[in-house]
Amino acid sequence: MSAETRTPLIRLVKRTEMAKGKVFGIRVASIVIALILGCIPMLLTGTDPISAYGVIIQGSLSRPIYIKQTVKIAIPLLGCALAIAPCFKMRFWNIGAEGQITMGAVAATYFALFWAESVPHVVLLAIMFITAAAAGGLWALIPAFFKARWNTNETLFTLMMNYIAIGIVAWLQGGPWEGRKGSQLIPMFQDSARLPTVLGVHCGWIIVLALVFIMYIYMNRTKQGYEIAVIGDSVNTARYAGMNVGWIIMRTMFISGAISGIVGFMIVSGANFTLYSGVADGVGFTSITVAWLSQLNSFAMIAVSMILAVIEKGANTLQTRLSVPASIADIITGILLFCMLSSEFFINYSLVFRRREKKEAEA
Amino acid sequence: MEENYAIEMKGITKRFGQVVANDGISLAIKRGEILALLGENGSGKTTLMNMLSGIYQPDEGEIYEDGKPVYIRSPREAFSYGIGMIHQHYKLIEVFNATQNIVLGLDDGRLDLAAAAKKVKEICSRYGFEIDLSRKVYEMSVSQKQTIEIVKILYRGADILILDEPTAVLTPQETQKLFTVLRNMKKDGKAIIIITHKLNEVMEVSDRVAVLRKGKYIGAVNTSETNPQMLTEMMVGHSVSLNIDRPVYPSPQRKLVVEGLTCVDEEGITKLDSVSFTANTGEILGVAGISGSGQRELLEAIAGLYPVKSGSIRFVGDDGAEKELVGLTPKKIREAGVGMAFVPEDRLGMGLVGSMGMTGNMMLRSWKNGRGALVRRKEPENLAKNIMEELDVVTPGIDYPVRRLSGGNVQKVLVGREIAGEPAVLMTAYAVRGLDINTSYTIYNLLTEQKMKGVAVIYIGEDLDVLLELADKILVLCGGRVSGIVDARTVTKEEVGLMMTEYRPEEGRL
Amino acid sequence: MTTLIALIVAAVTFGTVLMYGTLGEILTEKSGNLNLGVEGIMYMGGAFGLAGAFYYEKAAGELASGPAAISIAILSAFAAGMAASLIYSFLTITLRANQNVTGLALSIFGTGIGQFVGEFMRVSEGGYVALSNNLKESFSATVFPDFMIKIPFIGRILFSHTIFFYIAIVLAVLMYLFLTRTRYGMYLTAVGESPSTSDAAGINITKYKYLATVIGGGISAIGGMVYIMTTAGCVWNHEGLSGVGWLAVALVIFCMWRPLNAIWGSVLFGAMMIMYLRVSVPFIPTELYKILPYIVTVIVLIFTSMRNSRDKQPPASLGENYFREER
Repeated sequence: MSAETRTPLIRLVKRTEMAKGKVFGIRVASIVIALILGCIPMLLTGTDPISAYGVIIQGSLSRPIYIKQTVKIAIPLLGCALAIAPCFKMRFWNIGAEGQITMGAVAATYFALFWAESVPHVVLLAIMFITAAAAGGLWALIPAFFKARWNTNETLFTLMMNYIAIGIVAWLQGGPWEGRKGSQLIPMFQDSARLPTVLGVHCGWIIVLALVFIMYIYMNRTKQGYEIAVIGDSVNTARYAGMNVGWIIMRTMFISGAISGIVGFMIVSGANFTLYSGVADGVGFTSITVAWLSQLNSFAMIAVSMILAVIEKGANTLQTRLSVPASIADIITGILLFCMLSSEFFINYSLVFRRREKKEAEA
Repeated sequence: MEENYAIEMKGITKRFGQVVANDGISLAIKRGEILALLGENGSGKTTLMNMLSGIYQPDEGEIYEDGKPVYIRSPREAFSYGIGMIHQHYKLIEVFNATQNIVLGLDDGRLDLAAAAKKVKEICSRYGFEIDLSRKVYEMSVSQKQTIEIVKILYRGADILILDEPTAVLTPQETQKLFTVLRNMKKDGKAIIIITHKLNEVMEVSDRVAVLRKGKYIGAVNTSETNPQMLTEMMVGHSVSLNIDRPVYPSPQRKLVVEGLTCVDEEGITKLDSVSFTANTGEILGVAGISGSGQRELLEAIAGLYPVKSGSIRFVGDDGAEKELVGLTPKKIREAGVGMAFVPEDRLGMGLVGSMGMTGNMMLRSWKNGRGALVRRKEPENLAKNIMEELDVVTPGIDYPVRRLSGGNVQKVLVGREIAGEPAVLMTAYAVRGLDINTSYTIYNLLTEQKMKGVAVIYIGEDLDVLLELADKILVLCGGRVSGIVDARTVTKEEVGLMMTEYRPEEGRL
Repeated sequence: MTTLIALIVAAVTFGTVLMYGTLGEILTEKSGNLNLGVEGIMYMGGAFGLAGAFYYEKAAGELASGPAAISIAILSAFAAGMAASLIYSFLTITLRANQNVTGLALSIFGTGIGQFVGEFMRVSEGGYVALSNNLKESFSATVFPDFMIKIPFIGRILFSHTIFFYIAIVLAVLMYLFLTRTRYGMYLTAVGESPSTSDAAGINITKYKYLATVIGGGISAIGGMVYIMTTAGCVWNHEGLSGVGWLAVALVIFCMWRPLNAIWGSVLFGAMMIMYLRVSVPFIPTELYKILPYIVTVIVLIFTSMRNSRDKQPPASLGENYFREER
């Protein structure tokens, strides 16, 4: 009748803390495991994984032009991850970045289409920047308001808002903003509505890098960042400290949406030079995983978004060189995300085996 | 004569780490008997009963059912021995109706809710339960939920029932109904144990009373041969001298005037019922009462965190001007220049941010300070260092998450921060709960120090010995009402104990 | 009149796709798991369903029969969906990973796999993957005899649909009976409402969550297959399939987690999605019809949260993982 018969063979226990080096080791190991698992679809289709990975690295990083293209893919991912981080820190599950990007892009496109001739280049870009931020922010404010007021489920609400935004663009594309009748396309932006390039990539990378620093400071050094962190930990403590929780939720969502809106502006003005319904192209979703896997740390997001960009850019090369479908990028990304998500388990929990526990008790 | 007992516990000891929750307790109950298990908060009643219901296993001692030794390893096994326990927190599925909840988890072939409902109805009419089986739980009152829990256990064939403070959430009428049902079950030959600390109910419903105090078994008496005074003495014991220093502050002034404070919770239950008192500078006002008598609501209402239905809470400034606090948010209260410090019961869930270090937690009071968008880290950092040194907080560093600190250190961080704001009113709820002796004395000294600085201290406590030696005045709460405000220097432990359970001596008021 | 009938028939065709997606996700969410990977699951179902039928025909040649092809397509899609949700289940139930993030990762992964398989088949088979016309027919044919379809009016509305529609209805009814009339259905609801209560009552939480999520994923995946094999004409078409999974997630909310509502809800959503092709109302641009389902869902979501009626809420533990020792 000892306690032994009661204890299951393996038991889960929340870990208190793990050494930093070990945490890093687990994370790296999870990436390695993901790369090994990524070989499976390649082998199934008769591709040599080693040369395939070689092509991925070559195709994304071996020449300046490739690097530029890779960075171009990473910019919106990073920007949007920065947008999502404050919401997730607050435990407000904003999965509506896709829509917020789209609405930002809509606002920017409006001015690109209709004001391009009447205002100078820099002013136009500034207007596009500001209105995109406002549009994204207001779009995000809608679900935040209902969350703050009636505790409406934000996950599902923000998700729906994505498709409403995308639908609006689809309508603009075939309706009021359509270029050549019947083309279903919005005309290309004039040069004055395009972001200038710096070092071969549109200057969005400077904006995003600036945002990395700004958001790092915002989250770690400002009063508002502090409020967000407290709410994320305990709403009761926030109330105890005299914080207006509903107001802070709305403010934070506005900021988050505004940054996503800016990302939308950078996509239309720096990369696509036009607007279409697929403008966000899954960035809003992928960046959630970027933010989460970076533990909401701005600087870690640079690394994670670059890794995903390398995979995506490299996979395109893979398709042209070895005729492996480029969707292998999504598969490897998916596997990578699964492995990194799993690794968190081994960082946060430890498995206690019955025998080991007994020894510990004796010690 | 052992065969006469339905359940017999012999020499039960249960330890949690260093703490001995139950120390060699022996207890027995017959069929057709209602046994009241009486004791103060933390006397080990619930722990003891959890060993009968299979939640814990005893470290030492044996349990016999009808004279045969039994080993109860899980609630399921407890059911197989016919033992069922109704916990204080009901475990029900809100969107299910009564019948669905009653059969939840059973595995007896095809689901036949109609047949189950029939069986439930039989049980209900047999013992006099009133229950609408088709109602969903979320539409039910607390007492109806409790009824479901009891029926659930009877449905599973239990004939030994344990009820953990069943009347704590009931109105007097509902309590009477419950007692009728209990008596019916007793007639039916069931053995019933009710855990309680309400003396009047003990006298009314039980056949025998067993008393625990601080994890030890004090004794059992037949209810007909005892009286509330005697039970109180058994329950609280004789005063133990703790040697807490209690200096006198020379010139107490009114600081916080509470009048007719009434609060109602979301479900419409009255939590505070026209509470009136005055807290003075240089005084520790102790608040005594069994748990859930409105202590938490009282402090939260004063702090602006709990909605007030009626009444007034006035803060008296140094110039004698009075400020009404009812209706103000915590932020407004602070902006109005009211220096109020609050050490809540839920330290990590309300008073502190568990994931942050000491510095981050110091900022909880000061993060708004200063102009500009950035937080000042310098002052909170210095404050954190000071508190760490002065109160001997054991932590790897001031940025180490406080969640990972031991309970005593967590409390030092919280109390340290609250005192650092140089408050005019300091409110603490169960400030020494779970702390070791040394840390407890550190806290007592800090509170006395504050008192001598002219702070009005409100101290909610559960240990009467401490209250009697630490406080200047004691306010006794009973069911949300003030049952007495007494001078802590002259009152006896028994008197306070009786007031807590509503047997109040007439001369108790000050 | 004919327009209306044509609209209804087309709405049912697309609604059938949604119904599988929705029914699967209802089962999943009933257990408290919010699987946002439906989009990916349906892609995988579409690709593997097509692959199953295609390689079956390749192997069987002339002997290939319609019913066998349909069964194989269903089974391959179901298996693919189960495999995908098994990953999700392992991560969220056993490893307690964040449900939202895991679901999104599954979406990325699943759409990738679906695309990959679709494209791989195209490349390896030399450009074009399609079933023979005979088999195609059997996927889009109805099960009812001609004279029933010819019944004026109701004939086409009721009897002209593919077998998948009727299977979906049976499935919805079965799921309704399962959830409301059986012990296991009741326990599943209890798990989704309050894992800790269910745990205390001795219900095996892990088992219920795994089974509901994995089977639910399988059902959702069939929806992807139905799209490819009926609407898309047995050809891999990732553009058409994109967004369908998310629509299914919306529909779950619209249906208030009730399988019977999914029957008319799917047809209604189906109608809204294809209305732009058939009906034009002046002043409302047809393109905007397509966002109607989402707007309606948002309104439903807002109203339920405002009214706060306990019967019409998401499963109480939706999106949260359960760890016993935290209680």
